[in-house]
Amino acid sequence: MKRLLILLLCLMPVLAFAGEAKDIAEDPVVEKRMVGLAENLRCLVCQNESLASSHAELAEDLRREVREQIKKGMTDKEIVDYLVARYGDFVLYDPPVKSYTVLLWFGPFALFLIGGGGLFYQLRKRRSNPPESELTPEAEQRAAALLNDNKENQA
Amino acid sequence: MMRFMLPLVAFLVLAGFLYVGLGLNPREVPSPLIGKPAPAFTLPQLHEPNKQFSAQEMKGKVWLLNVWSSWCVSCREEHPVLVDLSRQNIVPVYGLDYKDKREDGEAWLERGGNPYVLSAMDAEGRVGIDYGVYGVPETYVIDKQGIIQYKEIGPVTPQNLKNKILPLVAQLQAK
Repeated sequence: MKRLLILLLCLMPVLAFAGEAKDIAEDPVVEKRMVGLAENLRCLVCQNESLASSHAELAEDLRREVREQIKKGMTDKEIVDYLVARYGDFVLYDPPVKSYTVLLWFGPFALFLIGGGGLFYQLRKRRSNPPESELTPEAEQRAAALLNDNKENQA
Repeated sequence: MMRFMLPLVAFLVLAGFLYVGLGLNPREVPSPLIGKPAPAFTLPQLHEPNKQFSAQEMKGKVWLLNVWSSWCVSCREEHPVLVDLSRQNIVPVYGLDYKDKREDGEAWLERGGNPYVLSAMDAEGRVGIDYGVYGVPETYVIDKQGIIQYKEIGPVTPQNLKNKILPLVAQLQAK
């Protein structure tokens, strides 16, 4: 009796997990294409998750929608356009280059050029006029003598 | 002097960007549907399942489409505002009961009052997808030509109603 109970308890997780499988379509080819597409789309409810990984209800609905469109024979571009028409460029993890995304796309390069230019300018300025010595001639002589002394000692 | 000015300017620019960023709401995704025709749909009504309602019937009128659901928490906040609006008879409000069970939706309106001329039943959420719904409640202002002129994401507040939605409705009705 005890063993039977233990066995039943061990089987509990199997029953508990049964609900999870619902989301997987019958057709693995469709599923693979859907996941490939959904990985590059953003879930609107949990904004830091992709449509492929989100458990939000809307994400489930949208995955269903994408699956159905794949079965209808629509191309990837058509499906992405369908979603963009409804939710805007926001759903794309790879936003297109547009007037208002110019800063996003080229801002980092501009910053790099400004920073690199500044560094180049500074280095050239430093090389063309090396810092002048602030020592008086006597002090310089003393320094040279000390350095020479040091060398002789080492030898 | 230049040595201090440059970092200061850079800091101020960065601080400006961050300050603006603080005021933005990342949950508010601008709808691409504004200025476009409201997607057509025909759905059964909530209270009379045998009758249909379609957005195309509303041509020639300015109307509000409010997406709601009995399971939606913020809808509770917005509901009294809509009930109040419906009493004033300024603009017809139609409901889209999004991903809800019929009896739950009916019970919910029974309890809180029904501000809608009628509600359409979008049990599977497909019309919601066509309208780009991602967080209930959402409210659309649709003009006489059937063009979406405005979308309120999240609950309609008395302030927003007074400052944005009603002036827009008046302007559209005058056209």
